[in-house]
Amino acid sequence: MKVLVPVKRVIDYNVKVRVKPDQTGVDLANVKMSMNPFCEIAVEEAVRLKEKGVATEIVAVSIGPQQAQETIRTALAMGADRGILIQTDDDLEPLAVAKLLKAVVAEEAPELVLMGKQAIDGDNNATGQMMAALLGWPQATFASKVEIADGKATVTREIDGGLQTLEVALPAIVTADLRLNEPRYASLPNIMKAKKKPIDVKSTGDYGVDVAPRLKVLKVTEPPKRAGGIKVESAEQLVGKLKEAGVL
Amino acid sequence: MAVLVVAEHDNASVKDATNKTITAALALSSDVDVLVAGLGAGAAAAAAAGIAGVRKVLHAEGAAFEQGVAEAVEGLVVPLMASYDAVLFAATATGKNAAPRIAAALDVSPISEIQEVVNATTFVRPIYAGNALETIETSDAKKVITVRTTAFAAAGAGGSAAVEAVTAGAPSAAVTFKGAEIVKSDRPELAGAKRVVSGGRAMGSADEFHNVIEPLADKLGAAVGASRAAVDAGYAPNDYQVGQTGKVVAPELYVAVGISGAIQHLAGMKDSKVIVAINKDADAPIFAIADYGLVADYKSAVPELMGELAKAGL
Repeated sequence: MKVLVPVKRVIDYNVKVRVKPDQTGVDLANVKMSMNPFCEIAVEEAVRLKEKGVATEIVAVSIGPQQAQETIRTALAMGADRGILIQTDDDLEPLAVAKLLKAVVAEEAPELVLMGKQAIDGDNNATGQMMAALLGWPQATFASKVEIADGKATVTREIDGGLQTLEVALPAIVTADLRLNEPRYASLPNIMKAKKKPIDVKSTGDYGVDVAPRLKVLKVTEPPKRAGGIKVESAEQLVGKLKEAGVL
Repeated sequence: MAVLVVAEHDNASVKDATNKTITAALALSSDVDVLVAGLGAGAAAAAAAGIAGVRKVLHAEGAAFEQGVAEAVEGLVVPLMASYDAVLFAATATGKNAAPRIAAALDVSPISEIQEVVNATTFVRPIYAGNALETIETSDAKKVITVRTTAFAAAGAGGSAAVEAVTAGAPSAAVTFKGAEIVKSDRPELAGAKRVVSGGRAMGSADEFHNVIEPLADKLGAAVGASRAAVDAGYAPNDYQVGQTGKVVAPELYVAVGISGAIQHLAGMKDSKVIVAINKDADAPIFAIADYGLVADYKSAVPELMGELAKAGL
């Protein structure tokens, strides 16, 4: 079974983002970039499926600038077999990303697409579901457990109120939630090996899909800051303050 | 312009998140219809018809709707969109699961988690865990939107809309519901609670979480939340997680116990009216946004707080 894992290069989750003074976006200059944490979880799950003998080949695909090759290399070092970079300096919307990934699926014919539920930059939580609709495939989003057998994926999902289990016929899209697994750190030998694994570099034009934006960003601003509070000395004083504030 | 709101409900009543989504919809247009899709959901449809501002309720029956299966919701909503200019979902797990699927089927760029309606084509939404807000304008003829419910007031009672039955197509054969484990609780629902008490990694065990956080929550009539660290460690169920990728809450009172305050957690609660932090580390980032900080070990501070609340008549 071939597994396709889309991965995104984003600002590292530990970095405090800064809005640019001209309100055109957030400052990405000299900021540490990493693989989106949810994508890392998806790669890990794919590698575990390969280790179990369920998956035979893992293809990591990224859409982004030239430096997104580093993100693909990270996936290759974790255990993916080869990479595809669709190189673009445009910040594509989930709709465009889903259309490009659909075209990649048409070429690669994977039986499973494993991807993060959300990228921590745009926080859209949309691409997986959109790809599923464009392909007419079933989806199992927010997965915390995935089992593959007999042409089906049995997926436990994190939903409001608890957990839900769905069985989806393959091919299908599964999006990873936080508790699906804990991604491994790539070992030095595997990082060295990953340098020799192939990455195919494409452009958005190679796929003949419309990637024009539908949304125009008018401005990006800082959220209102909370005024600093006070420290209280005791539980008694705390209750007094809460009464004064009218919340008890 | 006609707007459709896809309701969240338990077949008997409509969830508060839907009342809030209706408020966002009414900011777009006065022609707001509500879709109630469920199994034996007649009472929920009647409840939706009683919400102020609702023009008409569409009621669809089907087993797949009860489980919130996205493929079924897509099959129902996409044909209905011939008569609507926008469809809104609450940004809950169910709404986030279905809305993008419908957007793609309509060839529309979805607009996720709006917190403000500027005008009928312009919206404000948080990005980067709420560390930035983007104002975006859509050029799509139809709009597919999820609504951050904490940013909108709930539409009240006082409506008397008609309920109209709509028929649903056959459910997708590719998806089978196998089961659910839903956490049963008499406490208020986390996402809409007026008070929330959350515990963090400092609890150290599920027992400690249960013995410390839950009684304090019950004393305050509060919902229980948790940091990601506490959920990852198995101290609390996944449904309790407050943060960038968990629940976003904005209660009148948020009490964070033993939570350091990672930016991903702050993203889920920083819009609370009053924030209390109890943590023994005086340098914990949570204190930077807390209105009232108590630097103390929760082991002594929480029992003292329980005592003081009892003295105050709670």
